[in-house]
Amino acid sequence: MVSAVLAVASVAHAATIAFVGATVHPVDGPRLDDGVVVVDTGVLTAVGPRGSVVVPDHATVVDVTGKHIIPGLIDLHSHIGGGRLHEALDPVQPGISAADAIDPSHISIARARSGGITTVNVMPGSGKLMGGQTAYLSLREAAVVDDLLLCRDPDTTVWSPASAFDAATPDAPPARHRLVCGGVKMANGTNPQGNGSDPRTRMGSAYLQRTALMKGVDRLEQRALRADWEARGWWHRWRNDAPELPEDDPSEAILEQVVAGERAVHFHSHRADDMVTALRLREEVGGTLDLVLHHGSEGFKVAEEVAAAGVPVAINVLDTPGGKEETLERRLENPAHLVQAGVTIAIITDDPVQDSRLLLRSAGLAMRGGLDPDAALRAITLTPAELLGMAGQTGSLTPGKDADLVVLSGPPLSVWSRVEQTWADGDKVFDLATDRLVQDGGDAVDAPLGGR
Amino acid sequence: MMWAWLALSAHAAPVAYVGATLHPVDGPVVEDGVLVVEDGKILAAGTGVVVPAGASVVDLSGRHVIPGLVDTHSHVGGGGYNDALKPVQPGLSVIDTIDVSHESVQRVRAGGVTTANVMPGSGKLMGGQTAYLKLRDASTVDDMLLCTPRTEPLEVPDDGPLRRTHVCGGMKMANGTNPQGAGSDPKSRMGAAFLQRTALAEGVEALADGPPDAHDLDALGLAEVVSGQRTVHFHTHRTDDIATILQLRREFGIDVVLHHVSEAWKVVDILAADPVPCSLIIIDAPGGKQEAQQLALHNGALLEQAGVPVAFHTDDPITDSRLFLRSAGLAVRAGMSPEGALAAVTLVPAQMMRLDDRIGSLTPGKDADFVVLSGPPLSVWSTVEQTYVEGVAVFDRRTEEGQRLATGGAPEVTDPDLLHAHGGD
Amino acid sequence: MGPFLVASLMVGVSHGADILRIEGNRVHTMAGPVLDDGAVLVEDGRIVAVGPAADVPTPEGATVVRGAVVTPGLIDGWTTAGLTGPRNHGPDQDHAEPNAPVRPELRAVDAYHPRDPLLDWIRGYGVTTVNAGPSPGQPVSGRTFIAENRVDRVSAIALESDAFVVFSLGDGPKSRFKNQGSASRMGAAATIRQALTDARDYAARRSLPAADRPAPDLGKEALVDLLEGRRSAIVHAHRADDIDTALRLADEFGFSLVIAGGAEAWLMADTLAEAEVPVLVGPVMARSWRDGEQRNSSFACASILADAGVQVGFMSGYEGYVPKVRVVLWEAAIAGAHGLGSDRTLSALTIDVARILGIDDRTGSLEAGKRADLVVYDGDPFEYASHACTVVVGGTVVSDTCR
Repeated sequence: MVSAVLAVASVAHAATIAFVGATVHPVDGPRLDDGVVVVDTGVLTAVGPRGSVVVPDHATVVDVTGKHIIPGLIDLHSHIGGGRLHEALDPVQPGISAADAIDPSHISIARARSGGITTVNVMPGSGKLMGGQTAYLSLREAAVVDDLLLCRDPDTTVWSPASAFDAATPDAPPARHRLVCGGVKMANGTNPQGNGSDPRTRMGSAYLQRTALMKGVDRLEQRALRADWEARGWWHRWRNDAPELPEDDPSEAILEQVVAGERAVHFHSHRADDMVTALRLREEVGGTLDLVLHHGSEGFKVAEEVAAAGVPVAINVLDTPGGKEETLERRLENPAHLVQAGVTIAIITDDPVQDSRLLLRSAGLAMRGGLDPDAALRAITLTPAELLGMAGQTGSLTPGKDADLVVLSGPPLSVWSRVEQTWADGDKVFDLATDRLVQDGGDAVDAPLGGR
Repeated sequence: MMWAWLALSAHAAPVAYVGATLHPVDGPVVEDGVLVVEDGKILAAGTGVVVPAGASVVDLSGRHVIPGLVDTHSHVGGGGYNDALKPVQPGLSVIDTIDVSHESVQRVRAGGVTTANVMPGSGKLMGGQTAYLKLRDASTVDDMLLCTPRTEPLEVPDDGPLRRTHVCGGMKMANGTNPQGAGSDPKSRMGAAFLQRTALAEGVEALADGPPDAHDLDALGLAEVVSGQRTVHFHTHRTDDIATILQLRREFGIDVVLHHVSEAWKVVDILAADPVPCSLIIIDAPGGKQEAQQLALHNGALLEQAGVPVAFHTDDPITDSRLFLRSAGLAVRAGMSPEGALAAVTLVPAQMMRLDDRIGSLTPGKDADFVVLSGPPLSVWSTVEQTYVEGVAVFDRRTEEGQRLATGGAPEVTDPDLLHAHGGD
Repeated sequence: MGPFLVASLMVGVSHGADILRIEGNRVHTMAGPVLDDGAVLVEDGRIVAVGPAADVPTPEGATVVRGAVVTPGLIDGWTTAGLTGPRNHGPDQDHAEPNAPVRPELRAVDAYHPRDPLLDWIRGYGVTTVNAGPSPGQPVSGRTFIAENRVDRVSAIALESDAFVVFSLGDGPKSRFKNQGSASRMGAAATIRQALTDARDYAARRSLPAADRPAPDLGKEALVDLLEGRRSAIVHAHRADDIDTALRLADEFGFSLVIAGGAEAWLMADTLAEAEVPVLVGPVMARSWRDGEQRNSSFACASILADAGVQVGFMSGYEGYVPKVRVVLWEAAIAGAHGLGSDRTLSALTIDVARILGIDDRTGSLEAGKRADLVVYDGDPFEYASHACTVVVGGTVVSDTCR
C-alpha cells in the first residue's frame, strides 16, 4: 500500500509515446530488427516486433527507422554532481552521505545523460577506508537531489525518489539513515592510506575496516537478543531485564544495514591481494555482506576465488595501464577473462577518471578485449541494475519497467554511433538536436549572471 | 535591567508628530497623518487622530515616516565573529563579542535601522548564538537585548542572569563554501551535512533525557534549537544547499529562516510548497564566489508572488546599513511590489525574529520605533533625517555628528590610550 | 579573381547599415541644454544627427527605439571587470601579477576577456566603455585598456590599447608586497621613485651610441612614455597623505596624473582643484571592513570635490569578494543623492570621465560625428525603480531588456 502511494508520486508524464522502426536491444531477450517500444506515463508498456505490438491510437509516434534503442545505461561508479566527494573526518565515516554533495544542476549530470546514462551510483572517493554512503540516482528531470535520489524501505524492493517518501508521511518524514538510498563506499590498497589519521599499512586498513564491520555484527546480535527476549513468556520477561536495543546512531545504523546485507558495499580494490582481503572480510562477518568489488584491476589473477565467493566485479576499462603501482597490470582482456571464469561483471566510468559520455565506448573496448558483445551491453544495463537491486524496475526494455531508454544513431558498440535521445523515468532528458554541445563539449560557457 | 532603562528615558508627556505621510506597513499609506507616542510606545497612528491634551507637537510636514527598519542579518559591533574552536559551536554567543560603542553600531541607526539580528559569521557550520538587539542608545549590549523567556522543557525558574532564563537571539548556521576547508572544518558538503545532522540529533537526544545540564552550553544550545525555542538563521546560496536545509528542517522540525538564498529563483515552487521564510541579500552584482553567481535581483519579486515570506538584510558590512532602504528600492526595480518591499525591511523581518508583537509597524501598542525620511522611502533621493527608538531620537541628521555618521568620515581618535595595539582583534 | 572583385565591391557599398533612431522624452546630450522630446540618429556606428525630434530625419529602414530618458553611454573610469571573472578563483582571475612590485610592461589588453560575465552584467545597466586595468596594490603596475563594452575581438573593441600607467599607494602595497620592499608607505613611494629614476636614466642613455645603449626594456619604455608626456598615470590612493604623496611624485618627475579611489580626497578638495588633478571616485558605497584607508570615506566626497572645481569621474575598481563588480550607475547615484545632484552626476559618468580618460573626442556626449554609445531609460536614470532598457555600443544594440 505504501509502495503504491510512492509509485504514483514518482510518475513523470501522462504521455503515451511509441518508438517505431528501430533495432531494439531489450537485453533480457533477443534483438528485434524492426521493433516497437511503447511508453505510457513513464512506464514501458510494450516491447516487440512491429506488427505484433499494438500502438495505442492516442500515442505520439516517433519514427526511429535506422536507429537503435537500448535500455538506459546504468553506471555503477561515478563522482558526478560537482561535489567534493572526499571528506576527511575519519578513516571510517559511515554517517557521511554523497547525496549531500550532489548539485543536480552541475554540468556533469547533463553530460552523463548525453552519454545515455539514466541511473548512476554516485560515490564518495576512495581516500577513506569507509568513505560514506553512496547515492543511487535516477537521472530524471529534477531541481533538487531529493527528486533524483532513489531510496527504499529496507523491508521492500521497490525504489522511489526520496521526495516521495517525504511526501508520503509529511508530518514525520523518515530520517535518512532509516532508508536505504545507496550503498556504502569502502576502499583498500594505496588510496586510503597515509593521510592524517589514516592507517599507514594494509594491516591497519583491514583492522579498522574489520573493527567497523564488527560493530555492525554486535548491533545485529544485540537486536537478536532483544527480539528473543520479547518472544519469551511473561515469567522470563519479568525475571530478566530487557536487553538494550542498539543506540539509534545514524553512523552505526549504517554499519548494521551493511552487515545485514540491506545496503550494498561498493569496495574499491585493484591488486589481487587487496581483492582477496575484501573477500576475507566478508567471510568473517558471516558472508552476509552484499559486496561488489570495484576496479578489480588484477582480477584475472584471482578469478576463480572471486567466482567461488559469488562476488561481482565492476570494472572501468581504461585505454592504458599504470598511473600507480596497483594498476600496472590492467588489461583490456580483464572483463572477458572474469566472465569466462564465472564472475558477474559490470562496466563503469568512475567519472571523471573516464568521461560519462563514453560509457558505451568502455563496453566497446571490453568487447575488443574478448568480451561477447551481448555480455558487454548487459554489463552496462541489466547487470548493474541487478547489483543495485533495481532489476525489477530498470535495466532492460521489459514491459512494466521504468521508461529508461536510449535512442542511438547506430549500433551500440560502434564508435560511429551517437546517443540521440536519452529518456529517464519517462522524461526526455537529452536530445542531440537541441543539446549537441553537451555531448560534444563547448558548452562550458559561463552562464549569464544573476538569473538572467 | 530593561525596565530601569525605560523608566529613565521614556518621555513623560506624549508627543504628536503631525503632517507627515505615514507608512504604517500593516495598513494603507496615510497622507498628512498623525503619530502619537507616549512612554516609548505608539499610542495612535493615522488620520483623524486626536492629539492628547498636554502633548507636544512636532511638525513633520513634507516628510515620510516609516516603522524602524529591522535587519535580520548584521555583523556590526567591531568584528571577531568567526571563531574556530570547532565546526559546530552551539555554546558560543555573539553577545560576548559585540562592542556597542563601536561606530558601526551608530551607523546602523543612521540608516533607520532600529532592531538588528547581529550574528556570528558563516565560517562555521554552526557559528554560535545570535543577538537580537534594539538599537537604543545604551552603553552595554545587555541593555539592548530583546529576549523571550524560556519555556518547557527548558524553562529555568530561578532568578538568574538574563541569558540563563531567556533566549535573546537565534542560532547561526551555514552551508555551501564558507564553512568548508579550514582546519577541522569538513572538506565537502557531505561532511558538512553529516556534522550538522549529527549535531541536531544530539540536540534531540539531549532533550529526550530531560532538561539538559545548564552548564553544558553546547547541549543547551542544541536543545533550544530542536525544541523550536531558538530560531536557526541559516546562510545558504545554491539550490543544492537550500535543498539540504529543507531536508534537515523536515527531519528535525527546526524553526528555520533561510539567509541570502541567492538561487531562490530556481526553486520557488519548492520554497513555497511548505513556505520557509527567506531573508534575501540584495547586492549590486553577482559573483565573487561560484555559489553567488546566480544571485538574482528578482528573487524578492518571485517569492512574493509565490506567497513565501520575504525579508531583506544588509549583512553589514557586505552592504552598508545606512543604505538598507536601497535594498527595498532595488527589489522594486526587479519587480517586487513597493508595499511588499517596505514590509520586507520592517514587519516581515520582525515576524522572522518573532518580535512582531512589539516592532515592525506603526501600530498602537507597539514600540515607538520609527524613522523620519526626507521623502518617499523607496527613492534614492530620500535621506534618513531622524531615527527613533522607543520614542527617543537615537539619530538626528541635523547635528554635526549625525551628518558625519550619515555621509561618512570617521572621527579622529583623541584618547592616546586607545591607540595601544594589543595584537589582533 | 572574379568572385574576389565582386566581394570587395560589395564591401564598399553602403546598404544603409544599421540605422537607429533613438527618441526620448528627455535627451541629455551633455553638449548643450537637455532636449525635451529629442532624437538621436545613428548610422554605421556613429551619431549623424541629434536635436529636437522634429528636426531629426527618419531614414527608411531605421529601427526606432523610444524611451523616457536618453543619455550618452556610461563610462567606468577604472575597473578590473574583464580581467577578473565572477567565479573568483584561480582560472578566472587575471587582475594581478603578484611576484614583483614593479611591472610596467604589463598590458591589461593581454588579459582582457570580452566575454567576462561581469562585463555583461554592467553592460546591462548602461556601461558602454570601460577603462580596464590591473587591481590596485602593485606600486608600479601595468597599463590600462580602454574598450567598448561589447563582445568581439580585442582589436575590434579597443579605444586605447595602452592608456594609463597604474601606480598604487596606501594599504595595497603594504599587504601585497610587504616582503618585496613596500611593507610601509615609505617603501612603496621609494619603489615608485626608483622605478621612475631608472626610466629617466634609461631614456637618457638611449641616445648613446649603439654599443652603449641599454638593452630594450618594455617596462622602462612605458615609464618613459609617462615621463615624456605621451601618457598619464592613474595613481590609486585613498588616504589624504597618500593622495599628497601622489601629487608630490608627480611634481618631482613631471608627469600628469589622475587620482583613483580618493576616499579622503574630499579633505583636500582645494589642493586638488588648484593642481588641476582629476579624481575617479570609487567605491562610493565603501564597506567598513576594517579600520583601513577607506574608513573616512564620505558619500558626499564627489559633491565636495565638484563644488571645489575638481574634475570628477566614477570607477568601479576592484572587488575581492561578493559582489564581484560594482555598477557605476548605482555608485554615482548615491553620490548624486548626497549633494552632487542629478545633472553633475550624469556629467561625471559621461563627458567628464571621457575627458579625464582622453576619449572625449570620440564619446561621452551625443554629438554628430561621435561614437553612438548611448542608453535609454524608462525613468530617472538614478532612481531605484527605473531601468536601463536599451544600451547601444558603437551603434550596436547590446542590451534590450529593461534592467
